[in-house]
Amino acid sequence: MEGARIFFRIPIFGGLPVTETMVNSWILILGITLLCVFLTRHLKLKEITKRQAIAEWAVQAVNDLVTESMGKAHVKTYAPYIGALFAFSLFGSLSSLLGMKPITSDINTTLGWAIVTFVMIQYSKIKYHGIKQFFKGFTEPIFVMTPLNIISEFATPLSLGFRHFGNIAAGTVITSLLYSALAYLSSVILGGIQIPFMQIGLPAFLSIYFDLFTSALQAFIFCMLTMAYVSSAIDD
Amino acid sequence: MERAIILAASAIGAGLALIAGIGPGIGEGYAVGKACEAIGRQPECQGAVTRTMLLGCAIAESTGIYGLVVGLILMFANPLIGLL
Repeated sequence: MEGARIFFRIPIFGGLPVTETMVNSWILILGITLLCVFLTRHLKLKEITKRQAIAEWAVQAVNDLVTESMGKAHVKTYAPYIGALFAFSLFGSLSSLLGMKPITSDINTTLGWAIVTFVMIQYSKIKYHGIKQFFKGFTEPIFVMTPLNIISEFATPLSLGFRHFGNIAAGTVITSLLYSALAYLSSVILGGIQIPFMQIGLPAFLSIYFDLFTSALQAFIFCMLTMAYVSSAIDD
Repeated sequence: MERAIILAASAIGAGLALIAGIGPGIGEGYAVGKACEAIGRQPECQGAVTRTMLLGCAIAESTGIYGLVVGLILMFANPLIGLL
């Protein structure tokens, strides 16, 4: 396992690298956008098509999820972000099924999303409680706790980003370990001939867990935690 | 020689870092067991219990993931070799 390949460098600030992760995310953004455009063309009120039914189901599911965890008042504000995050994270992890390097196995992607969540948390705190209460919140319950409160504030996005990255990257590492072990095993069985026939079939069962289940679960958890953190920042 | 020592120590350290997986393993097993009990008592709230359990498991998993990240860094992006 190695890091994302660097395709080329943009010659500003001493060469900004454009990596495989970034190119894959552009492809995914394009794909998701095209999917959305495809699903929402020719919307009608009556006699809806199958495409429109799928689109309505997706939007309704996201709206219900946000309503359940943040309350009805914030659905209009946060549902688009949560839906976009969920779709991007889900397709980003599932893209490993197509043989692409999953964008979420690069820590830059997940930490980037975590930073967006961090900004949202701080913004909601200031917006709903005022700047004075925001700074006062750091000295709760007593002023000695201020450094710990600041650290815990920064630990939130860090753990959020690491969690998603760690789960997907662990899947990649274990899958590649299994592949090399199976290649070794089959060369032992064949007496030194390099035909990795043991690699057929067996990794598929592992892939069901690591690619399908973990991808969906981590996308869901990232969105749920984002909503939980933001709504707790709004409430107290 | 120094390089060899650092490489060996990093490999051992990566192995030791993954011992952090014990804690979340026990904790998550306990949480899932309790969730099963709750579903057994009240099968009608299976959805809510499962969702809450998965969320709690994900949070409990953090410490294990930290260990994993340390292990991955030591294995694939070792910062200690650069110090030589």
